[in-house]
Amino acid sequence: MRIRHSLVAAGVLAAGLLAAPAFAQIKIGFMAELSGPQGALGQDQYDGFMLVVEANGGKLGGVPVRVLKEDSQLKPVIASQIVDKLIEKERVPIITGITFSNVMMAVHRKITEKEVFLIGSNAGPAPIAGAQCSPYSFITSWQNDSQAEVVGKYASDRGYRKVIGMAPNYQAGKDAIAGFRRFYKGEMIDEIYTPLNQPDFSAELAQVAASNPDAVYVFYPGGLGVNFVRQYKQAGLTGKIPLLSTSTADGVTLPALKNDALGVISGTFWGPDFANPASKKFVSDFENKFNRIPSQYAAQSYDAALLLDAALRRVKGNVGDKRAFMAALKAADFKSVRGKFRFNNNGFPIQDQHVFEVTKDANGRVSLKTLATPMKDHEDAYHTQCALK
Amino acid sequence: MTLGLFLIQALNGLQLGLLLFLLAAGLTLVFGIMNFVNLAHGSLYMMGAYIAAAVFNASDSFVLAGVVAVPATMLLGMIVERVALSRLYQRDHLDQVMATFGLILFFNELVRIIWGPAAVYMNAPEALSGSVMLFGIGYPSYRFAIIAVGLLVGAGLYWLIHKTRLGMLIRAGASKPDMVAALGVNISLLNTLVFGLGAGLAGLAGWMAGPILSVQSGMGEPILILTLVVIVTGGIGSIRGAFYGAILVGVVDTIGRAFLPALLREVVERSLAQAAGPAIASILIYLLMAVVLAIRPQGLFPVKHG
Repeated sequence: MRIRHSLVAAGVLAAGLLAAPAFAQIKIGFMAELSGPQGALGQDQYDGFMLVVEANGGKLGGVPVRVLKEDSQLKPVIASQIVDKLIEKERVPIITGITFSNVMMAVHRKITEKEVFLIGSNAGPAPIAGAQCSPYSFITSWQNDSQAEVVGKYASDRGYRKVIGMAPNYQAGKDAIAGFRRFYKGEMIDEIYTPLNQPDFSAELAQVAASNPDAVYVFYPGGLGVNFVRQYKQAGLTGKIPLLSTSTADGVTLPALKNDALGVISGTFWGPDFANPASKKFVSDFENKFNRIPSQYAAQSYDAALLLDAALRRVKGNVGDKRAFMAALKAADFKSVRGKFRFNNNGFPIQDQHVFEVTKDANGRVSLKTLATPMKDHEDAYHTQCALK
Repeated sequence: MTLGLFLIQALNGLQLGLLLFLLAAGLTLVFGIMNFVNLAHGSLYMMGAYIAAAVFNASDSFVLAGVVAVPATMLLGMIVERVALSRLYQRDHLDQVMATFGLILFFNELVRIIWGPAAVYMNAPEALSGSVMLFGIGYPSYRFAIIAVGLLVGAGLYWLIHKTRLGMLIRAGASKPDMVAALGVNISLLNTLVFGLGAGLAGLAGWMAGPILSVQSGMGEPILILTLVVIVTGGIGSIRGAFYGAILVGVVDTIGRAFLPALLREVVERSLAQAAGPAIASILIYLLMAVVLAIRPQGLFPVKHG
């Protein structure tokens, strides 16, 4: 009796195991900053990702997926606990999102060592592009420095000789200035680092006005960027001294800045005016659904979903075969909103980097317009330190 | 470093100081009179800014934004005081800190739910959006408006505190609350009024800050810390202390930020100056507070007793 029961149970279990790869729903952990002042970035990442999932009727690559949405609250400790929960309890094979670099640094090793695939759609700190790179990590955004490097190149191309750099006094701020300097040939007449929680730049702007440089380069993400750009305008500097920037005038801050940001130059990998079909579809779908111009953060995450869609289709939903799934991700066989897309040895994209100017679009809304493409097929500065082939 | 630049920076310091004063005045009264630690004061400032921005976006009128935001924040403050805070007056400071910290989290999420996570648009009126040339450097006209409003509020509060019956009760309540209660004054009503006044001033500060700072969830916390430094430096419970303390903190902070890194560069190597300059500049006001606390623990301009 007991033996027969056990046999039946074993049979059911075995059948379940066999059937699993074909029918199972794949769980995807999505973790980002969704609350607090930085919540706008995470929300755009989530909206961009879900746009693909929902358009496909809850499937990616023809496989039903369940997206487990988690808020890391910009706290590395909480992010680490969430990752434990996602991996140990929910047994997710894939984690995507990750907004801030400090959160990425806290969870990158933990995720990849467990052989869980990490599809990062924003943060790209230097260590994970270099020595700590992993074959389980794929980043659909950029390495942090790249967005600054392209602006540095642009400043040189424009022949600016005297530039003042400004950023918050923390790692990402210093990385941005370092990235700018890497491709800027002129002189940095000053580098001003302000405390991360300082919202008012009156003192620094008076210094800038007094030294009258050829241009100012800034990295002020989120609300800091709103403050800075607005105060730059009010001090009468906009239109007088060109303002070059990274992560300052972007899809998240422009709705709060509006006309105050006109003329600001920004460097990144994608803009809402891109003419390729993938980008056009993305922008129109996003605007229809959310009634706002998508930010680059939504675009990065939209690409992350497209990447997963293509890779899951290629392995027919069998993420258990890690080598095959890894190869499928690496192939990046999808139509990116940025046009050409391929992964470097370190799991970061090799891509064009552009500069944009804040102008009014055809509907009179303040948006980003492509100005130049100073870097073609740009590779990040750290990929040579990554041991992967 | 020219004299012109120095004067511009002093003006910047004065402007920051007067903005801080609007917040410090309300906070110091609540601290001094009710002996109540209200960390949620920055949240009222944020609510003022959000309400102003909402009215501004609906009506396109900067003045109307203020006309609505200031009384609305005042009302909100009084409701919060009646519903939540008045129950905590008898509890110790730690409980008050915990509860008002909870309110910070509550309001931060509330604005995120209502207005979304991204910063909200608000701009200076057209007439004040430009700049005025001073010593060859453009100075934003809007900041002159902040200076003017700050000075007006300072004068108005002086009149209120020193020339009116309500002011007399507030002063009496700050130094001898038991005696005031014993004389039959409705302390509970006085508390609500004082709290409302403080909230209204915080709303005013939020409205004025809207066009220069980003209106977003969490905008109240950095300024709350500065405000706490102001009232401790100036003397808790004293409007005069809040006024001079705010200007002192504003000027020291601005001048430090503006000139310390450059001065440091004269004595030490450039890269070291670049690293140490901002760090030292940002602790100057805390240093100031520590020195004041060591020499005059009651603050620079304490409430006069007796």
